[in-house]
Amino acid sequence: MSPATAVRPVRIIVAKVGLDGHDRGVKVVARALRDAGYEVIYTGLRQTPEMVVDAALQEDAQVIGLSIHSGAHMTLFPAVVQELKRRKATDIVVFGGGIIPDDDIAALKKQGVEQLFTPGTPLQEIVDWLRQRFPKGA
Amino acid sequence: MRDPKQAWKEDFESSPARDDGIETSTISGIPLQPLYTAADRPQQLEEFPGQYPYTRGIHPSGYRGRLWTMRQFSGFATAEETNRRYKYLLANGQTGLSVAFDMPTLMGQDSDAPTSRGEIGHCGVAIDSLADMETLFEGIPLGDITTSMTINSPAAILLCMYIAVAEKQGIPASQLGGTLQNDILKEFIAQKEFIFPPEPSMRLVVDSIEYCAKEVPQWNTISISGYHIREAGSTAAQELAFTLADGMAYVDACLERGMRIDDFAPRLSFFFDAHIDFFEEIAKFRAARRIWARWMRDRYGAQQERSWKLRFHTQTAGVSLTAQQPELNIARTAIEALAAVLGGTQSLHTNAMDEVLGLPTDKAARIALRTQQLLAYESGAANTVDPLGGSYFVEALTDEMERQAERYFKQIEALGGVIPAIEANFFQKEIADSAFRYQQELEQKRRLVVGVNEFTVDEATPIEILRIDPKLESEQVERVREVRKRRDQARCSNALTSLRKAAAGTDNLMPYILEAVRAYATEGEIMNTMVEVFGIYTERAVV
Repeated sequence: MSPATAVRPVRIIVAKVGLDGHDRGVKVVARALRDAGYEVIYTGLRQTPEMVVDAALQEDAQVIGLSIHSGAHMTLFPAVVQELKRRKATDIVVFGGGIIPDDDIAALKKQGVEQLFTPGTPLQEIVDWLRQRFPKGA
Repeated sequence: MRDPKQAWKEDFESSPARDDGIETSTISGIPLQPLYTAADRPQQLEEFPGQYPYTRGIHPSGYRGRLWTMRQFSGFATAEETNRRYKYLLANGQTGLSVAFDMPTLMGQDSDAPTSRGEIGHCGVAIDSLADMETLFEGIPLGDITTSMTINSPAAILLCMYIAVAEKQGIPASQLGGTLQNDILKEFIAQKEFIFPPEPSMRLVVDSIEYCAKEVPQWNTISISGYHIREAGSTAAQELAFTLADGMAYVDACLERGMRIDDFAPRLSFFFDAHIDFFEEIAKFRAARRIWARWMRDRYGAQQERSWKLRFHTQTAGVSLTAQQPELNIARTAIEALAAVLGGTQSLHTNAMDEVLGLPTDKAARIALRTQQLLAYESGAANTVDPLGGSYFVEALTDEMERQAERYFKQIEALGGVIPAIEANFFQKEIADSAFRYQQELEQKRRLVVGVNEFTVDEATPIEILRIDPKLESEQVERVREVRKRRDQARCSNALTSLRKAAAGTDNLMPYILEAVRAYATEGEIMNTMVEVFGIYTERAVV
């Protein structure tokens, strides 16, 4: 890529919110996104919505990717979106993944989580979605 | 005449080979030959079940003497609701209980802690104090059943609650049977439900082992678990090696405390995953017994045969279940359960087909239990001890598992042992690497998962999901606050003060925790008291 066309890579905060420590999925996704050319910052475990938004603002991230496997997604995913609203940072895109039933996916999208990925999703699908969402980089 | 083996080799090589790009190695990546023969295992002595090194099983009679315990892991919502599910499972022929706790309970915090929001009752039952534990086992005589409790950082507290409920039922601790998971090392390695740093965490584990050796002698004080390591993405050999290495670390810690090996080793138990690669799993179980027996006898010098025998629980692989075409999970679980049985498991949990989507419904839970009954009574698998013993393939794979595990033991030793290896992120990185490699194999279709990356259908999943009523959260919060109001405050605060002092010293903490539990101190209060002394562990996040 020549310097003239170089674009700043999209920066993504990847986070485990809530008490759940199952981090296999989040780590695999984080590596795949990094390999796809994104700047990925993994927060580690047990983040509150406030901590995640703090990290996103500090790192000047465009995207927050959340992972939950404990069933707390209906509480914690919207809480991250609310916190972004409170901090006037609604330009940051939120997506999520985990064990999330179909009905919940529809409800979460209404509440401002842009995209949700469930078990068995090919990594490429997540990358493709990001490419489409940020066609010109950050 | 051609030499038969040479002839086969020539015939094999001239036969057309499938050209679909699918891996022929095990799911863990162990390369396999197309055929195994006597030459793959020359000069091996014949082994027998019930005899050292127990490759063929710890009981001479296999399942002819006694079937495995069918122990379905279960718990959700409130103690009252879970109590109803237990009675349902027992009425349907289940032979032991296994408690699943919710995330706040697993993380040692009360339901009214701010970070419990949204987590209460979702992946297990919410237990805040002895009052909830009394409800959980209401009408279930604890002297007649055995109970397994999957809890780690706060394990000592939940065990004390169980002992206290039994006291109220008039059953002495010496008559209680069951298993406490209590395996903190694999939390640091894989499941990540740690609270205290490794050293005080190990102290609590040793305290409970030491206490039970005297007071609760029939209790399995720890269930050294590979399950979570495997589910986090490890290979079979990593699961085997890391689990047994953890086991040896607990043995070392108990010896350091001054305990005698034969006083605690017989109560150590193990917990493995049964994944979908059938023969590899069977080999793993067989190798586990052999390695443990050798280490216990030769390295640790245990005198009693009971100390040499590795007893284990198995759960089929949650990670192998698919949200797509979930009915297929019944077939997957049956294959995995059969591997566990042929590997000689002492107890078994079969996953319900809908567990990949949420908590199992009554119907799915019953099908899972029926799968075990079908294996026990229809398949014939229980009639012959170690039916695959002597199979060229299974024996060679068992040897290979053992070799790989021994290599890992050397690596861990070189890092200074299990805890330094945890702090160096050794296990975490090994597991994440394996998980990523497997995911790439799926993406490249070098491995197929039916219904996921091949043989897919484009239809929604019309499957019923058990939902947790959101009202439950506020009710449970109310309940714990009520307990705090009702109890004898002086007794409770005295108990917590004594516990804090003891934690700062070197006493065994179990009697102090038991007194706090009896005084209806909540789980969160007891944990926080210990946190004041022990501090909190934070993992360095690595991808």
